[in-house]
Amino acid sequence: MAVFYGEELGSALMLGTAGYPSPAVLARAFRVSGAGVATVSLRREAGGGQDFWALVQDLGVRLLPNTAGCHGVREAVTTAQMAREVFGTDWIKLEVIGHADTLQPDVFGLVEAARILSAEGFRVFPYCTEDLIVCERLLEAGCEVLMPWGAPIGSGMGLNNPFGLRALRAAFPGVPLVVDAGIGLPSHAAAAMEMGYDAVLVNSAVARAGDPAAMAGAMAGAVRAGRAAWLADPMERTDMAVASTPVLGRAFL
Amino acid sequence: MRVTVIGAGVAGLCVARELRARGAEVAVMGAAPGPEACSWWAGGMLAPDCEGESAEEPVVRLGREAADWWQAQGVRVHRRGTLVVSPQRDAAALARFARRSGGHREVDVAEIEPALPQRRGLFFAGEAHLAPREALAVLAAGAEFTRRAEGRVIDCRGLSARDALPDLRGVRGETVLIRCPDVAISRPVRLLHPRMPLYLVPRGEGVYLLGATSVESDGRGPPTVRAVLELLSAAFALHPALAEAEVLELGADARPAFADNLPRVRRVGEVLHVNGLYRHGFLLAPAMARLVADHLLLGIEPEVME
Repeated sequence: MAVFYGEELGSALMLGTAGYPSPAVLARAFRVSGAGVATVSLRREAGGGQDFWALVQDLGVRLLPNTAGCHGVREAVTTAQMAREVFGTDWIKLEVIGHADTLQPDVFGLVEAARILSAEGFRVFPYCTEDLIVCERLLEAGCEVLMPWGAPIGSGMGLNNPFGLRALRAAFPGVPLVVDAGIGLPSHAAAAMEMGYDAVLVNSAVARAGDPAAMAGAMAGAVRAGRAAWLADPMERTDMAVASTPVLGRAFL
Repeated sequence: MRVTVIGAGVAGLCVARELRARGAEVAVMGAAPGPEACSWWAGGMLAPDCEGESAEEPVVRLGREAADWWQAQGVRVHRRGTLVVSPQRDAAALARFARRSGGHREVDVAEIEPALPQRRGLFFAGEAHLAPREALAVLAAGAEFTRRAEGRVIDCRGLSARDALPDLRGVRGETVLIRCPDVAISRPVRLLHPRMPLYLVPRGEGVYLLGATSVESDGRGPPTVRAVLELLSAAFALHPALAEAEVLELGADARPAFADNLPRVRRVGEVLHVNGLYRHGFLLAPAMARLVADHLLLGIEPEVME
């Protein structure tokens, strides 16, 4: 299993906690899936979200607070500092949003914020693009995990740039990689794991499903299958048929 | 039987009214309904089928009692149905809503609400709406108020009852009241926007309530800029002419909810609590009142009792 900042997780599925029909359904999704990490947002609830945070803490899984909705470095850093106080963890999923329609990360602000937070002792999980150079800079800034997007947040489009994600895996063989954002179906999650990714983070695909708990279970199954396939060293693709049984010497019947 | 109901929000007033109608001697403890009660800020949609898209089955079934009950109390109930529309680029949302709810048919929006620019919609013909403040006033006018608890005590204090119900949480909602006589919409409309879902409830004479955010917070402070921006942007997406509306009022409060967002009747010591109506106050209070009355007067165990 993947190790993030020295901590081994029991499951390669990370689940978001936003947008479920009720906290009871949310808890069921975690129970059914056995997800190893819960991401939780601080921002909108600031000042009165204690009840919900307590419910999330009761899930009994590793918490990964995020800076969702932050559009600037200062804002993201402040939110991270508040999250450390509230949740008692130095893990932070760092989001610095750069574009309102696509919620694409502002990678320049992201690197800057990652540098500040890493220097303050945070364990930063940066929500980034699959750009190799950006990822290199994030590692230089102190990140030991990368979380490239599969597609825009909440879009459910899956892995938009499989080539880029594969290139990232090949470029940073020792760095834990998590596909964050864009996963809409278990097949997307499995595809990421089959590429050798260490985990996937899913929120909307589960929360907005008609039966979130069942979808969470399906995601967990897909993640396990994808991981097992990667470890099993899949066969190469070829562009011609290679029969699995001999075609010569068949008996005449 | 002598009963004291604590709390004069929609839950308390409905319980008091139902018990009194069925022969109990009832007094209500608490201030007459006003901005302190979260029901004061409610939308007043009696839309069990629409709620079924995200709420669990009891909400739909119990909610079906609401429109008749309110009408029987002399409250004006507008039985004009609910129209659900989506932005043009998000037609899939309408199909999903249709799959996950019942009691609707697909319609040309022009046939139902000609003022709206959207083309296709879902029409929930059996649903209704009311004006919450009007309804609360009708119930309060028929209630007897007291300062002393006597007899059986039924606690309907909403979020204030957290001292006795530690698993109750607040879910914040924010609303905007606007006046726009240029746009004539006669029934509640829901816009299925992926980021900013919105409902609009007509209050008559060009006044519309826009609601409502749903934030995991018990904060009861004034609406945030973000909430107001989202509601007004969504209103603009519903009909661009709403940009000319006057903003009459901003509302914010926290609704009481349990972890499954379903209501409960719970006995704590000698006190019977009715709480957790979440965003379904006007929809579920009549059924909760009936269940409580059945329990106190006939000894029937309420289905929502723990």
